[in-house]
Amino acid sequence: MNIFRSQLRQELTVMARNGEQLLLLVGIPVLLLVFFSQIDILPTQGLTAVAFLVPGILALAVMSTAMVSLGIATGFERSYGVLKRLGTTPLGTRRLVLAKVVATCIVESAQLALLVVVGIALGWRPVDTNWLAATAAVVLGTTCFAGIGLTLAGRLRAEVNLAAQNGLYLVLLLLGGIIVPNDELPKVVRSLAEWLPSNALSELLRSAFNGYEIVVRSIVVLLVWSVATCALATIYFKWSD
Amino acid sequence: MRTLKVMNASTGSNTIALSVRNLVVNYADVHAVADISFDAKAGSVTAVIGPNGAGKTTALEVCSGVRQATSGTVSVLGLDPQSNRLEMNSRIGVMLQDGGVYPSGRVGEVLEHYCNLFGNRERADDLLEAVDLGSKRKATWRKLSGGEKQRLSLALALAARPEVAFLDEPTSGVDIVGRDLIRGIVRNLADSGCAVILATHELDEAQRVADHVVMFQRGRLIANSSLEDLCGDNQAVTLRTSSKIDLAALAMHMNCRVDQNKTELRLYANSDANFISRLSNWFAENKFVLDDLRSGTPRLEDIYRELINVSEQSK
Repeated sequence: MNIFRSQLRQELTVMARNGEQLLLLVGIPVLLLVFFSQIDILPTQGLTAVAFLVPGILALAVMSTAMVSLGIATGFERSYGVLKRLGTTPLGTRRLVLAKVVATCIVESAQLALLVVVGIALGWRPVDTNWLAATAAVVLGTTCFAGIGLTLAGRLRAEVNLAAQNGLYLVLLLLGGIIVPNDELPKVVRSLAEWLPSNALSELLRSAFNGYEIVVRSIVVLLVWSVATCALATIYFKWSD
Repeated sequence: MRTLKVMNASTGSNTIALSVRNLVVNYADVHAVADISFDAKAGSVTAVIGPNGAGKTTALEVCSGVRQATSGTVSVLGLDPQSNRLEMNSRIGVMLQDGGVYPSGRVGEVLEHYCNLFGNRERADDLLEAVDLGSKRKATWRKLSGGEKQRLSLALALAARPEVAFLDEPTSGVDIVGRDLIRGIVRNLADSGCAVILATHELDEAQRVADHVVMFQRGRLIANSSLEDLCGDNQAVTLRTSSKIDLAALAMHMNCRVDQNKTELRLYANSDANFISRLSNWFAENKFVLDDLRSGTPRLEDIYRELINVSEQSK
């Protein structure tokens, strides 16, 4: 098997072996989607519960794979010396990063497909979908969250990184307009939340799937976060503790 | 057990495979490695020895490209470990101290991956057999004993069919059977033309496998010589006494060089029966106490102690 495919297989195997990741990648998004679409207690901005929820949950899925899952696994690889050892082989940084990108995209695609199916089963019917905007939002979101995940993973001790990624996930979930619309947040918090990448991504997806006009500010927010975090990850990443 | 295939025939023995010149590595304000120069030849085992924290691992990490030097140059097979990294990596095998395997990784799978990374020069099955882990193919890294981890880690380095192998403490935590196995593999590697650079703090281990010895002490070199020159023909008698001995008188009487290291005296001479008898007579005549006496090739450990004393005194 060639070098790249072998590394890609390793990445996917490690992901598949971490059973606890399954909870994060599938369990939590599906649970939130089913629970809040069946129990209609959320203010959903004039949309049906499921029409409001699905785009947000897709944003959450992107965040869980690209940031938390990738970030935690990479943090542990660093602390176990896996990255250092791979650094002594002909693999090379470019192929390693590419393998991680492709593995993340494969897992993310499966995850998004599953959530869309669950959404449709719950009665979700997207209106006037802007596929271009939705795809662009997912790609930008993936880049941005991977940048955040790898920035933390490249610097923090594995256990601290684990806690930080999970904590950040929760904050970005609650302030990201994913379950609770931004309008419901206190004013000060809301103006802060508007600049969060989770909020920008869920807003973009919600517009794309409901035929709303795409908000340019959300694209700019995601772009700025993407460039900044990828640059930070590149500069500050330490291959070994 | 299978012997691993002979590697690249173009690497003749006595060719310098690794060359380190004026290497300096500083961490914050600590000088981990301070101006070190040495060579390692193809077809021989170079033991880098010294106590924990002497700078062995740091030096090996710089040579294998995973750490940057503060200054100085390193050349591995004529390549720079930083600027020619991938080209160098395809020709070297590295065994790091911390294993570097994901705990959930399975033995067979990880080894196969490393064989893939090096273009399948070796078959994972052959390597598993060589390190006697054939029965552990499905076991995960976290379930392996310390010795098994070391053997797998060595096998990963062998996947490169290396021209230069950097092995950091390969026998640490390994039982006697495992040690013999690892020594055998190391010897085979060198015999097939590979330059093996092995770091260890176990001097007994170094004496068993090394052709050449590089001694580190607080980031500096205190010896760089063949094992033979260091302790081979150098026959000596070592004795311990609690009496106060006039070294000059003893040297004159025995007609040889005498060194003292605390309560131990070493006499450098061909230690035949006649010599021993003259020596013990001199002790008896002078009513000196003779607590311990041994002759033959000095142990690397003794020589190491001596060299450390010399280097500490010269400060």
